[in-house]
Amino acid sequence: MLLLVSLMLMTPAANIKAEGSEAPKSTAYNPVPTIMHHIADSHEFDVLELFAIPLPCILYSSSTGVTTFIYHDGKEVSGYKCDEGAIHREDGAFFLDMSITKNVFTMLLAALILIVIFTSVAKAYKVNSGKAPKGLQSVIEPLFVFIRDEVAKPGIGPKYEGFMPYIMTIFFFILVLNLLGLLPIFPGGANVTGNIAFTMILAVVAFVVININGTSTYWGHIFWMPGVAIPMKIFLAIIEVIGLITKPVALMIRLFANMTAGHIIVLSLISLIFVFGEAGKSLPGTGLGAAIAVPFTLFISCIEVLVAFIQAFIFAMLTSVFIGMALEEGHGDGHAAEGHH
Amino acid sequence: MNTFLTVLLEAKENPFSLITPDPGLAIWALIIFVILIVILGKFGFTPIATALKEREQHIADSLAQAEKARAEMALLTSKNEDLLNQAKEERNKILAEAREAAEKLKTDMLEKAQTESLKKMSDAFREIDTQKNAAIVEIKNTVGQMALKIAEQVIRKELHTHEAQKEFVDKLVKETNLN
Repeated sequence: MLLLVSLMLMTPAANIKAEGSEAPKSTAYNPVPTIMHHIADSHEFDVLELFAIPLPCILYSSSTGVTTFIYHDGKEVSGYKCDEGAIHREDGAFFLDMSITKNVFTMLLAALILIVIFTSVAKAYKVNSGKAPKGLQSVIEPLFVFIRDEVAKPGIGPKYEGFMPYIMTIFFFILVLNLLGLLPIFPGGANVTGNIAFTMILAVVAFVVININGTSTYWGHIFWMPGVAIPMKIFLAIIEVIGLITKPVALMIRLFANMTAGHIIVLSLISLIFVFGEAGKSLPGTGLGAAIAVPFTLFISCIEVLVAFIQAFIFAMLTSVFIGMALEEGHGDGHAAEGHH
Repeated sequence: MNTFLTVLLEAKENPFSLITPDPGLAIWALIIFVILIVILGKFGFTPIATALKEREQHIADSLAQAEKARAEMALLTSKNEDLLNQAKEERNKILAEAREAAEKLKTDMLEKAQTESLKKMSDAFREIDTQKNAAIVEIKNTVGQMALKIAEQVIRKELHTHEAQKEFVDKLVKETNLN
């Protein structure tokens, strides 16, 4: 309920903002800029669209060096201009934006939450040693044991222990960010896991971890597939090398697309109220829009909670499986027979 | 739909576009992610995994121990039962022996009592006989004396007159004469 009320509160103000930029062309309400604004990163953190918390900007360019300031719409500092939550450079030159944006802030918050949770749970294991878990410990333990026994162990195999911190961090970091993203109000709502830069980094780390641990068998199967004719070996090598890249890219796109899609669906459903109500001009239309949008948003939000868990699980699962594949050693006859198929 | 596509295509102009990775955010993500792996690994996941493993080991050990204790218990119980059975047998044996002894004692006593009583009876009979004989002798004596006394008194009464004395003497003489 809180979620819905907050979403409904959030949107009217957003709509006014959107109208300011898009409205002159047509009278019909266009929800796209609002939606895009919500799923994109920003230098401001909107609180119910009533006001925005300005975030610190850290910018670097080769001409002006490092510039830091607190974001304010319309502000101009040494060649940078703040505009609609984004920063432009007036001369159009390239600059590196290392600002604590909404997404960076949310990542830091998620990291803090995770560190607090897991250090306290680790402490609880020391204090409660040999006893049944209690409190936060008993919330985390099933998740932890599930990821260990159903994801890391079967995916990676006997050497799973060294990869536990990595797999666990993937799962819990993505999970917390997904759930924070579902919160409609500060400090949630940032679409971090639906941001291509974030998922790209997860994919790059996965690529590095998978291939650093590749055994000779693994590389042998990629570049010189045993047990097939030479032209086939070359053909398969090309496919396998492409496969090296597509695995992490699939990870990247899956998480990005799923989370962004979820945010877009919820925002689109909320926008129905304003589409039906012609941006507040028609009260019956607004009522009808709300009657349709509220149950649908509730339904989709419930599904999104499920998706938050599923996507975190899938990312951890697939990463484990890829690592497991890279770790696989040749096992004699069985493997030779497999090659002759 | 068109507007949505336009937004996607205009991505280059917008620093925070949907499908263009923002390098600043990517760098932050990398830093935060790697640091998070290290910190959580060291202070969270590894201690938790160790604790869980220890606990699982402890539970497995405890179960094995309990199983062992149960087996020992069963062995002990069967031993106890054996002991109990042995004790029962012994008790029965002792009881039987005791009963036998008691029986024997009883019969012995009875026999002894019987012989004793027989002996006593025969003694009594003998005594009675002696007494009886003595009594008979005494009775005889008494009766003889009584008869004499009576005879004396009868004779005295018969012969208290002169004539009677004379007549009796005569008679005696007469009888004597005949002999």
